Order: sequence, then structure tokens, then C-alpha cells
Amino acid sequence: MKRWFKTGTPWIWLNAGAVAASMVMVFGLIAMIAVNGLSFFWPSDVVEFEYQTERDDEPRRVMGELSRSQTLTAQAAREAGFTVPDDQEIVERSLYKIGNRDLDDRDFEWFLEDFIRERSTPADIVVLERLQWGNFYGYVRAFEIGGEVVAEGDEAREAFEQRMPETRELVQEINRIERFEIGRVNHDMEQLRLEERGIRRAIEAGLDGQEEREQRLEAMRAERAELDEQYSELEERRNELREELRRYAVVLETADGQRETIRLSSIVHAWWPNDMSTFAKMRHYVGAFWDFMTGFPREANTEGGILPALFGTVLMVIIMSVVVTPFGVLAAIYLREYAKQGPLVRIIRISVNNLAGVPSIVFGVFGLGFFVYFLGGNIDQLFYRDALPSPTFGSPAIIWASLTLALLTLPVVIVSTEEGLTRIGGSIRHGSVALGATRAETLWRLIIPLSAPAMMTGLILAVARAAGEVAPLMLVGVVKLAPNLPMDGNFPFLHLDRAFMHLGFHIFDVGFQSPNVEAGRPLVYATALVLVMVIIVLNLTAISIRNYLREKYRADSD
Amino acid sequence: MSETATHTVQVTADDRPDRGLRLADEEMCLSAEDLKLYYGDDQALKGIDIRIPKNRITAFIGPSGCGKSTFLRCFNRMNDLIDAARIEGTIRLDGEDIYGADVDVPELRRRVGMVFQKPNPFPKSIYENVAYGLRLQGVKNRRRLDDVVERSLRRAALWDEVKDRLHENAFGLSGGQQQRLVIARAIAIDPEVLLLDEPCSALDPLATLKIEELMMELKKDYTLVIVTHNMQQAARVSDFTAFMYMGELIEYADTDTLFTSPAKKQTEDYITGRFG
Repeated sequence: MKRWFKTGTPWIWLNAGAVAASMVMVFGLIAMIAVNGLSFFWPSDVVEFEYQTERDDEPRRVMGELSRSQTLTAQAAREAGFTVPDDQEIVERSLYKIGNRDLDDRDFEWFLEDFIRERSTPADIVVLERLQWGNFYGYVRAFEIGGEVVAEGDEAREAFEQRMPETRELVQEINRIERFEIGRVNHDMEQLRLEERGIRRAIEAGLDGQEEREQRLEAMRAERAELDEQYSELEERRNELREELRRYAVVLETADGQRETIRLSSIVHAWWPNDMSTFAKMRHYVGAFWDFMTGFPREANTEGGILPALFGTVLMVIIMSVVVTPFGVLAAIYLREYAKQGPLVRIIRISVNNLAGVPSIVFGVFGLGFFVYFLGGNIDQLFYRDALPSPTFGSPAIIWASLTLALLTLPVVIVSTEEGLTRIGGSIRHGSVALGATRAETLWRLIIPLSAPAMMTGLILAVARAAGEVAPLMLVGVVKLAPNLPMDGNFPFLHLDRAFMHLGFHIFDVGFQSPNVEAGRPLVYATALVLVMVIIVLNLTAISIRNYLREKYRADSD
Repeated sequence: MSETATHTVQVTADDRPDRGLRLADEEMCLSAEDLKLYYGDDQALKGIDIRIPKNRITAFIGPSGCGKSTFLRCFNRMNDLIDAARIEGTIRLDGEDIYGADVDVPELRRRVGMVFQKPNPFPKSIYENVAYGLRLQGVKNRRRLDDVVERSLRRAALWDEVKDRLHENAFGLSGGQQQRLVIARAIAIDPEVLLLDEPCSALDPLATLKIEELMMELKKDYTLVIVTHNMQQAARVSDFTAFMYMGELIEYADTDTLFTSPAKKQTEDYITGRFG
């Protein structure tokens, strides 16, 4: 035994064990998120069954998707007031998504398996994903155009299926008009309004050039009339389309026999899960995932997509990188190359390192006080007076969030860059100086390119930290729901003054702030998966750039 | 001073072409007058006077720590990079004081090139290594760069070995090739003087031989000053040899004289291997 210890074998086992444990944890985490997140988009079968407990007088017909099952002790069920045979020790209960929130408030409901009878999966059950009220489960009974039934039974399903693509196109057209064209007109009008306020203020102040101002106001009236006209045209066009859309409706019957007429305009997708081949399910799956990635959220974020959050996260990380890299690199170069190494530099270095240990919420508070209120407030005073009292930069915004995170990740970049600079030995520097290079030339032509991989390492660490940070962002720019992306077709295209959505905060919001907890649960996993993927993609990009640079400036490690 | 040495040279097993040179006959290139160098309170060089002839190879020999490398670095002011170093006395390059107030130090270093003990190519391509000095001077013309790179590599006897991989990383070369690359890099900017600080100490005998042949070739165009630990090397390649000890120049003469009939006992002890 003692000899076995002397050989060092246990030490190797211990090390390998630590690695194995880490791997299990990391892959377990990713696998759990992936499984839970990805299974959400799979169109699982919808079951219909009869349910009657001793409390119910009549049996209920229920239709829904199995969400998950639990095992209870029979004792617990008995205490809850259900009769369970004495010899039975456990009871299964299952959570079904029954949808139809407009008819019945509950989206999800628990059922004890013992009381479920006549379970079946009829092929003609349709699932409708709707813009409002969540999913609808039922049978298609009739298809209406303009209030008149044009098809019934199987024909109705056919007519409905045929009509859906056109309806989708119309809906998209309406969205386009609302989001882009009306958005542009509104933006122009807002600009005009602000300009007018500025001019009026100048007139009141009695500055020179009143006549030109009056002329400009006159011209603006014409512009406004023009915009108003454009607006009403667009509105009219939209209303026409809406009217067209409203004509089509489908009549559905629920499991318990209620009839419901649903307009096609409010249906996002319709599918018959029990009637789909595996291949069709896969297609549906890919489509649903795509919609999730590229759609806007609905229903208090519990439905629809995460595009704004995805976009906001990536944009924020990019802005942060653009700010933090030059800043950190410059600071590191000064500290390492120019500053006289002494107690002062040592204190600065220690402070920088400690900055990395400050809790991130503290940065959030600082960002709110300094960036948002002080900097933003002053920018508004200086450049956006016409819009006051409504703030432009003086409210939480993506730029302040990015700057706060840049501050948060600055130490990482400084430390890595300094390490990179230290590693470039004296012999290469001397080689350059001996060829007649000045210090600055050596720095620019040799040392900075050579330490670029180290700078990238710093950036990689910074990105990894920033993309996952949520707490400080809640104070300086992230919101639950941002109606507009921080980037659009209106000048100046990149609107750094806007609040934005963030995947991390989205997870928190959907998971813990949502009125519909069960509906939010799979979205939490799916969003978490996307967040992890975003971080991985950002990191892999940075790592491949670093490897390219390393290869380019390969040096012996002697 | 040692130019008074008048000893007739015995023919030795030495095939140096320039035997029988006399310091007195030479045109001088570099000179040091009463050069003192202090590292903080320690005096590393204790008042050295020397004159180094043009287009010859002058070797500094001496035991470790005798100040020969420090002395060599005074000629292109590399000691300026050491904060604690302080210099008194003058060094003249073609009669100009290189420690004068209005000296452009980078310009001086362009005129006085240097090769270090350990090959120190930049982690760039072979081509970019040689072109570095020219790029510093703002040369952008591709053809001119190509020309100079090729000429320098040829002069450094490296062209045939690397002409097919000019754009590969210089660290792919062997140690000897790297040292020749560094020499090519130094001569690409056409200096007047080339300082070599133990250029072969990190190389194997074959690579050393190549560098030595190269030095014999280069002295047609440049004044070479070499610091070496290796007395055989000094005897093989140099025309003049200075023996230094404890920061002082003990003896300076043409190589044959210094090795065959040294004037000072310390020199004799050193070259016969009795110490050092």
C-alpha cells in the first residue's frame, strides 16, 4: 500500500478524477439544457381522454399534450381527498397542456392517471398556434369566408390548409407595413416635431434670422402634411389588408363539444400532430426553432421568438468589445512599456486586478449613476434639449449597458495584454532597436502585433463574462420588452440610446416573472440554450482569430 | 598602447589571407578615448582607449565578466537601454562623437549594426525579417524591397537555402540559419560597422564555420567587431585582437602578434589557458 502511494499512481487517479468530474458537470449541464430546450419544439402527439374523479358528477373530455409526469405516494393523494385502493402505494399524475385559454383560464392542468379513461390520439386533432391566448386544441368543423360556411368536415380542413399560406403572407405584409413603413413615417414626424420645438424656442429667445426660421416652419408644415398623407395611405392599405384577412375564419370544436370561431388572421401555425409523419414533424421542428430564433415575443414573452433578445445580446457584446479592447490595450501598454515600474504602478496594477473582483451589481449602480444620469443627462442637456423632458441618452440604453460591461471586463483585458507584453523578451526588442527603430516603432511594428494573441485572449475572457452578465444590465439598459430593436432602417440606423432585450434577462423574466409559469418553463431552457450557443459562437470566433494570429507570429517557446 | 608591437609573425597553421597587418598602417574607423562605464556605483569599464581599423575584423577576448560585451554595446549605444548605465569618455565613428548632444541615436544604430549572442529573428516571415530595417526607413517599393532582401540573403550565404520559403516563419530555420538571417537583416540597411556579440556561442561547429566564412567575406565591405569567448575563433578570423580583463584593455595588437608573442603576462596566461 505504501509503495503504491510512493509510485504516484493515486495522485494521477486523483487528477484524472477531477478532470472527469468537471467534464461530467459541464456536459451534464449542456445536455440538460439542450434536451429540455430542444424538445420544446417537437410537435408531440395530442391525446384525448375522459377524466372523472369522485368529485366530478360528469366525466370530462380532455384534449392536450403531455408535458411531464410525476409519481406521488398514495398517502399524499389520499390526503388530497382522492380515493386510492389500499394496496396501491404510488399514484402517477401528469401535467397536460390543454390550451384554449380563451375558454378556460388554465393553460396547463394536472390529471391523476388513475382516473384517465379511453385515452386516444385521433388523427384529426388540430393544434393552432395563435397570436393571442396561446394554443388551441380541437377539431376543424367548418371553414368560413365572410361569415358564410363554405366547407364542412374534411373539406373544411382542406380549405383551411390551402388558405393558410396566403394568410401568412398577408400577415407578414401587414407587419412589414406597421413595423417598417409606418415606423419610418413616425420617425420622420418625430424628427420634425423636435426640429419645430427647437425653432420655436429660438424664435422665443429672439435670436437673429427670424425670417428664415419662419420660412422653415412654413416648409415644415408642408412636410408634415405630406407625411400625414403618407401615414393615412399606409393606414388605409393596412386596414384593407386586415379587412381581407378578417373574412376568413375556421370553426373548431373542442374536446368537450364547445364551438369556437377563430379568424385566420390570429393563427400563426396550424398542424395536425397525430397525423404527421416523422419527416413532417422534423420539418415542423426546424420551422418552429427558426421562428423561435427570428420571431418577436408575444404574450408577456411566454410565446413567440427571442430575436430582440438575441440581437440585443450580440450587439451589446460587440459594442462592449469595440470599447474595451482598445481601452484595455492602451492602458496595458502604458503600464508595461512606458510607466516607470515602481510602487505607484504596483498599486495601480493591484487596483486593476481587484476591480475584477467587484460584484457586478456594483458596476450596475455605478453605470446608472455615472453613465445614465450624469453622462446621459448632460448629453441630453447639450444635444437633445428639444426632446426634453423626455430623455434621449439620459435613460437606460444599450450604449450605457455596453460601457458598464466594458468597465467590468477592462481588468481582464489589461491583465492578459500585460502578460502578453511581458512574454516578449528583451532579445527581440533589442533586435529591433539595433536596426535603428525607435521605441515607438518597435512597439507598433513588432510588440503590438506579437502580443495580439494575448489581447485576443483577454477579449475572449471579456466576452465570455459580458455575455453572461445580467445583474448590472437591469439597471443600465435591459428591459423586459423592447418594442424596437436598437438597429433599424431609420437614420442613424444604430440607435444606441434605446433600451434593449437580453437573453440572460429574458431567461429571468420568462422563468420567474411570467404569469404563465408552465408555458415559460421550456422557453427558459430554450433561451438558455441559445445564450450558451451565442457565447460559444462568439468565443469560437475570437479563438479562431487568435489562433490565426498565433500562427502568423509563431515564436519558439524557449 | 599596443600599436608599438613590432614582433615578426611566425608562420602558423593559419590560412588567414591578411596576415602581417600592422595597426599602424590601418585606416581607423572607430575609436574610444578614456571610456568609462558605470552600472550604478560599479565601474564596468575603467578607461579604455582603442582604435578599430576599417574593413578589418577586430576581436575582443577575455574571461567572462571582463566587460567586453558591455564595451561592444557602447559602439551603438545599446547601453542607453539600461537605466543604471552611465558613460564617460568619448567614442568616435569616423571622427564624430557618437555620444554628442545632437546625435540621432536610431541613425547611429543604422550605421552600426549589431548581431547578438542568441539568434533573435522576429516571429515573422524570413522576408519580413530582412525587410524590417528598410520598412522602418519607410521603403514601400516592392521591387526595391525584393532586391535588397535577395542581395542581403545572398551576402549572408543564406539565399540558396531559403529562396523557396521566403514567406515562411523565420523560426522554422535552424539556429545557424537564424544567425545568418539576423546578419542578413543587419546588413540589409547597409551599415558601416557590424558588431557581433559572441555570434557563434549558441551554434554547432558546422554552423560556426559558416558564420566565420561569412565574416571573412563581409569584411570587404564592413568593419567587423566581434566579441568571442573562443580563442581559436579569434585566432582564425580576426585581424586584430584586444584582450580585456576586469574592465580594462590589457593588450591590443594584430592577432598574430597577440597570440604568438603577447607583451603582457596576463595575456599569455589567458591564451595559454592558465586562467579564464
